[in-house]
Amino acid sequence: MANSGRKIRILVAKPGLDGHDRGARVIARAFRDAGFEVVYTGLHQTPEQIVAAALQEDVDLIGLSCLSGAHMHLFGRVIELLKENKVDDVKVIVGGIIPEEDIPRLKKLGIEEVFLPGTSLEKIVGWVRDNVGLRG
Amino acid sequence: MDDCPPGVGHKVEELTTMFTEKTLQEVREGKKRWEKEVEKARRQKPERKQRFSTGSDSEIKGIYTPDDIKELDFARDIGYPGIFPFTRGCQPTMYRGREWTFRMFSGMGSAEDTNRRWHHLLKEGETGLSTAFDFPTLMGYDTDSPRARGECGRCGVAIDTLRDFEILTHGIPLDGVTTSMTINPPALVLWAMYLGVADKSGINWDRIGGTIQNDMLKEFIAQKTFMLPPEPSIRLVSDAVEFGTEHVPLWNTISISGYHIREAGSTAIQELAFTLADGIAYVQDIIERKKLDVDSFAPRLSFFFNSHLDFFEEIAKFRAARRMWARIMRDRFKAKNPRSWWMRFHTQTAGCSLTAQQPYNNIVRTTTEALAAVLGGTQSLHTNALDETLALPSEFAATIALRTQQVIADEIGVTNAIDPLAGSYFVESLTSQLEEKAWEYISKIDDMGGMLAAIDRGFPQMEIADAAYHYQKQIDDAEKVVVGVNKYVTEKETPAEILKVDERVEERQIARLKEVKAARDNRKVAQILNDLRAASRTDKNLMPYVIAAVKEYATEQEICDVWRDIFGAYRDPGYY
Repeated sequence: MANSGRKIRILVAKPGLDGHDRGARVIARAFRDAGFEVVYTGLHQTPEQIVAAALQEDVDLIGLSCLSGAHMHLFGRVIELLKENKVDDVKVIVGGIIPEEDIPRLKKLGIEEVFLPGTSLEKIVGWVRDNVGLRG
Repeated sequence: MDDCPPGVGHKVEELTTMFTEKTLQEVREGKKRWEKEVEKARRQKPERKQRFSTGSDSEIKGIYTPDDIKELDFARDIGYPGIFPFTRGCQPTMYRGREWTFRMFSGMGSAEDTNRRWHHLLKEGETGLSTAFDFPTLMGYDTDSPRARGECGRCGVAIDTLRDFEILTHGIPLDGVTTSMTINPPALVLWAMYLGVADKSGINWDRIGGTIQNDMLKEFIAQKTFMLPPEPSIRLVSDAVEFGTEHVPLWNTISISGYHIREAGSTAIQELAFTLADGIAYVQDIIERKKLDVDSFAPRLSFFFNSHLDFFEEIAKFRAARRMWARIMRDRFKAKNPRSWWMRFHTQTAGCSLTAQQPYNNIVRTTTEALAAVLGGTQSLHTNALDETLALPSEFAATIALRTQQVIADEIGVTNAIDPLAGSYFVESLTSQLEEKAWEYISKIDDMGGMLAAIDRGFPQMEIADAAYHYQKQIDDAEKVVVGVNKYVTEKETPAEILKVDERVEERQIARLKEVKAARDNRKVAQILNDLRAASRTDKNLMPYVIAAVKEYATEQEICDVWRDIFGAYRDPGYY
């Protein structure tokens, strides 16, 4: 899907107070090794900060990670803020500790895909290659 | 530098070997014969792998013999439990005298919810309490903070004021059971609440026991519940240690932790080395900052390790840890009291080893990890519930986890002989190897100027990031098997009920917080916070101020905000 030589830019972000960052960091590195451009926000980002970073960095994809159980509120808020900022061409994928029964609700909110514990890096990178194009 | 690797500092003692030259000759000859047989077997069928290794990638040979431990000296390296270097355990009778504490980490929702679970676990036979707080509490925020939205009670209990803490500990005899609290930046606040409840119950502080994790160095390295920058964070840690030394003699004021370092993705060697290096940094800091004699506080330092999947590597790690800390305390810090040389530790089975797929398999993983901790001589143990990868533990799952410890303690005979694996050629060899590699790391960190300096340049953080990535690649390549994930995959099952935190917990907590703030003497609170502010700018011990504040129902965030205002907030550098 990449056509201009520009790399796909991905924002990997940790919303909320959750400090469990092993997964997000490993995925950020996997994205980098896969040839994407990665911006990792680090921990303790508010949804506002995440959306601001996504806009500023002009990313093609946002990846959110939450293992603290606060995902419904935090992911929902990011989606809300993207809408408020009229961003409709940046997909959001998420991972963390997310009960399966929350997945349909998250997708309804606008989350593109949910990657649960045990998902391989290959699968996630593959998903990005298959589903994310360069914007504009 | 001043660490004491084996062999150094023992010039005066006469080293004896455990095996005669004649025996070693026979061993070597026998090995040659065995190797010939191995060749024959390999020609029939190659071995299953090119290279067998521990969970941390250290190569393991097929066979271990006396030749592999020929440089060990029985008295110097193995010895007896309760005697330096404590390889076999710090207490002379270990589990024959007293079982490890069954201490289940728990907390969810409101203080009432958690109090209920605590009473259940105590009734089912746990022998120590351990507190899991929610993220706002861990990070020094009140439930009504905008940063706390959606987070209240989700991964632990919400505590904003002493009022919540009184409810949390309702019906718990503080002089009858010890309580551990996994809390770091706001450790002084939660400890002050505990002391406040003791006061209200008429229990003297010299009769209460417990632990505050209070280990900020590993926060910057791994767990990432940080608040202030490193220097003021360490100052608060030392205030707690100093206060405990004087006023709460049975309290462990730091739980120097490797658990989280391992959970973040480190190897066993890194877990061991970084934990000990953190310990070295604390001892150094407290001596310098507080001018305390090492023997006055060292006996109340405690440790907290992970028990991960590789059974023998973990056992070896625990034994190496004890031996190394004893040598560090006696030879590097010149502690005189043998209790200062003891390494007492709590262990938790590895959360990161559990799977969301086929979660009942987790019972098996937790069992072997718990067994490793017991064979490694832990003083206290938490066993994970099978549903940890999905939610906070259900009562059903937490009870099975507790029963796991009880079966190990009472049914399978591993508590009869102390350190039963001592003398095993394999286990002793592995213990020595881990020790040797950990000393290399500690030396490197010493050369950098100590752990604070190492953290500042991102050294442990990047080591962990590399190790975590490597581990994941090994799983993705199926080099490391994860049953149910990359081998023996089936249709997944989910446990019948996953614990759900009531959606109304947050609004109820906010309402309670409002009530408490309205009912308290706000002028007094403001005054006390001002006193805290003034004292925080000096090097006075801040515990008395924090205790005064919590007793007037100042909130956790109000207290932490004083420190944030003065010292600033630490930002995650975002290493990956």
